Amino acid sequence: MSDFSLIIAGFGGQGVLFAGKAAAYCALLEGKEVSWLPSYGPEMRGGTANCGVCISDTPIGSPLVTRPHALIAMNGPSLQKFLPLVMPGGLALADSSIIKQMPESPRARLVPVPASDTVSREGLGGVANMLLLGKLLRETGFSVMDTMREALAECVPPRKKDMLEKNIRAVELGFALDG
Amino acid sequence: MIVYEKSKGLTDTPLSYCPGCTHGIIHKLLAEALCGANLLGRAIGVAPVGCSVFAYNFFNCDMLQAPHGRAPAVATGIKRAKPEHIVFTYQGDGDLAAIGTAEIVHAAARGENITVVFVNNTIYGMTGGQMAPTTLPGQVTQTSPYGRDVKTAGYPIRVCEMLATLDGPAYIERVAVDCVKNVKKAGAAIAKALRYQADGKGFSLVEVLSTCPTNWGLTPAESLRRLSGEMAAYFPPGVYKEL
Amino acid sequence: MSKRYLMKGNEAVAEAAVMAGCRHFFGYPITPQTEINAYMSKRMPQVGGIYLQAESEIAAINMTLGASATGARAMTSSSSPGIALKTEGISYMCGCDLPCVIVNIQRGGPGLGGIQPSQADYYLATRAPGHGDLRMLVFAPATVQEMFDTVFTAFDAAELYRMPAMLLADGLLGQMMEPVTPPALPPAPREKLWALGAGAPKRKTISSLYLKPEELEEVIRLRFARYSEAETRLSACEEYLAEDARVLLVAYGATSRIARAAVTAAREKGHKAGLFRPKTLWPFPKEQLRAAAAKAGKVLVVEMSMGQMVSDVRLAVGDTAAVGFFGRTGGVVPLPEELLERVEALI
Repeated sequence: MSDFSLIIAGFGGQGVLFAGKAAAYCALLEGKEVSWLPSYGPEMRGGTANCGVCISDTPIGSPLVTRPHALIAMNGPSLQKFLPLVMPGGLALADSSIIKQMPESPRARLVPVPASDTVSREGLGGVANMLLLGKLLRETGFSVMDTMREALAECVPPRKKDMLEKNIRAVELGFALDG
Repeated sequence: MIVYEKSKGLTDTPLSYCPGCTHGIIHKLLAEALCGANLLGRAIGVAPVGCSVFAYNFFNCDMLQAPHGRAPAVATGIKRAKPEHIVFTYQGDGDLAAIGTAEIVHAAARGENITVVFVNNTIYGMTGGQMAPTTLPGQVTQTSPYGRDVKTAGYPIRVCEMLATLDGPAYIERVAVDCVKNVKKAGAAIAKALRYQADGKGFSLVEVLSTCPTNWGLTPAESLRRLSGEMAAYFPPGVYKEL
Repeated sequence: MSKRYLMKGNEAVAEAAVMAGCRHFFGYPITPQTEINAYMSKRMPQVGGIYLQAESEIAAINMTLGASATGARAMTSSSSPGIALKTEGISYMCGCDLPCVIVNIQRGGPGLGGIQPSQADYYLATRAPGHGDLRMLVFAPATVQEMFDTVFTAFDAAELYRMPAMLLADGLLGQMMEPVTPPALPPAPREKLWALGAGAPKRKTISSLYLKPEELEEVIRLRFARYSEAETRLSACEEYLAEDARVLLVAYGATSRIARAAVTAAREKGHKAGLFRPKTLWPFPKEQLRAAAAKAGKVLVVEMSMGQMVSDVRLAVGDTAAVGFFGRTGGVVPLPEELLERVEALI
């Protein structure tokens, strides 16, 4: 794919910035142009956090993601805020373990994913972000699983080897999810 | 027979200080201390803003002129880049205890391995005699024409006592240059401070109680008596920190 | 292809400084540039360098001054309110002819303002970075790669012209990550015969004080001769589809990327828009801009401010083109869409 843009949003602490970073690393490893732009400041501390990722074969102009191809929303306010921005025909993944009421989505394809419950059940608590990223990888093909594994190895410091395995397992789990 | 020679630690530039001012004595003491310990060749000094702004013309070593009050920060930069050099600042009370309070407190708190010669004459000299942070209660200056009223202008800052509460400093002493005996004592204190630095012991500061006959409106002799009397009473000489 | 790294702009600046041989960094935390401090505090000890967290931005610039006076490559960084505090030290460094690199990751002002991206320090950087007759080199990178590269350029130019150089970026460039390929190493630090503590036979003094007006005037004239050399040699810019443009957008830094996106969108709709991007703000690439603007006839300056660079653009363009302005301020980043609307209105 030539141009792909993504917003990942949720509460601070859910790993939305990290998930974005993993996606950005995939692009880096594939030799593509990429930008990763986080929200920053007080909202990183307990409030909402989000990041925008642009992937392209050509240099990125504006790194602002105003019309994302895809959205990962990990809480209700984020889904409400960003769903209307998703391009017609684009994809929105929402953590249905957290967001109980799914809004109407006339233009983008909204897929509820019980991410938090699934990772908890599998003993992978805390990495719902990665499960959603795995699902996104499967649905959009913005990269491939091998690259994702390599990307995660780049993002997770060597001293946190168990975290790396946990992240990879969650991505694989998400990738395997049907529906 | 040569009985007395000017210190090689001073250049031939004539000092620009007023008659009777004790800056000259303190310059000589610092210069002699640098020479005595054979440190002049690797000394870098930092001049302040105030009467001693021209110190960079007087000390016979590499010298830098710093922004007002920032000499300890500038000296920190020099020392960190040239740790093998002997770095000193020469600062007055307005420079060190008013505008430069943050810089001196934090250089001391860091235990920065520099030597500070702090000249306290209870007044801003170069600008013509305004109230300083060390101006004594009741002291008349251009900006405290009715005498320093502590109710509105607050109290003098005792720098040695304040800095001695910190864990960072290695050596802090207050001296006076009001008589021959005390001048010798002051010289010894400055030499000791430089030795502390040379030995890598950390932050050293010598506060020198000094005079300003011009702005005090006193003769040099009267000025020395004021120094020995009310000034030394408010700012007691002594060692405040010695590791 | 040599290895690419994914880095934040702030991290790129810091690593570039380390690669450039900077071993003395003095900082103070302030959003959105704090990553530079964090990076340096980790990295400097690894390379035998000094990271020192100063008690204030004022102390940090003065520590930079002290280190620079010994000939060391020294750097400090901050964001808008902190840069205002550094102006004292910047002026003294200009007055002492000392080089250094100052990074400003701009945020909204005045006062505490906000923490989101802004370009409202254009005047501060290019007009009055301190009191007195002085100039400071101002570089305006637009990508994380350029953040990296510009540090090299800035150190070298600062040493060549013996003056402080500012890398003027903003919260967006500081916070975003992009791939970086480290460029070839910059030229080695230049010989600094003026540096203190070199053990030269003659004692050296560095001071900005000249009580005789004629003497000070002479020193300033000599300094300005150096400035004018920098002016002729350093000004740099980049053009994008400017050749046949009917509307020329002029923007620097992060805003130039938004403008670039708007130009691309305009072209897709058949509108002849182009972009002129100053890469240096002082010296300002006025000749280049004048030529490009004359061809287009219409210029639209885009800034994250109420319009500060627009005065330089007007000075450069003169009466060769009509100059309009579009800006968002307070930390609001303009969107390509709203910019496109303005371009369409102009065509």
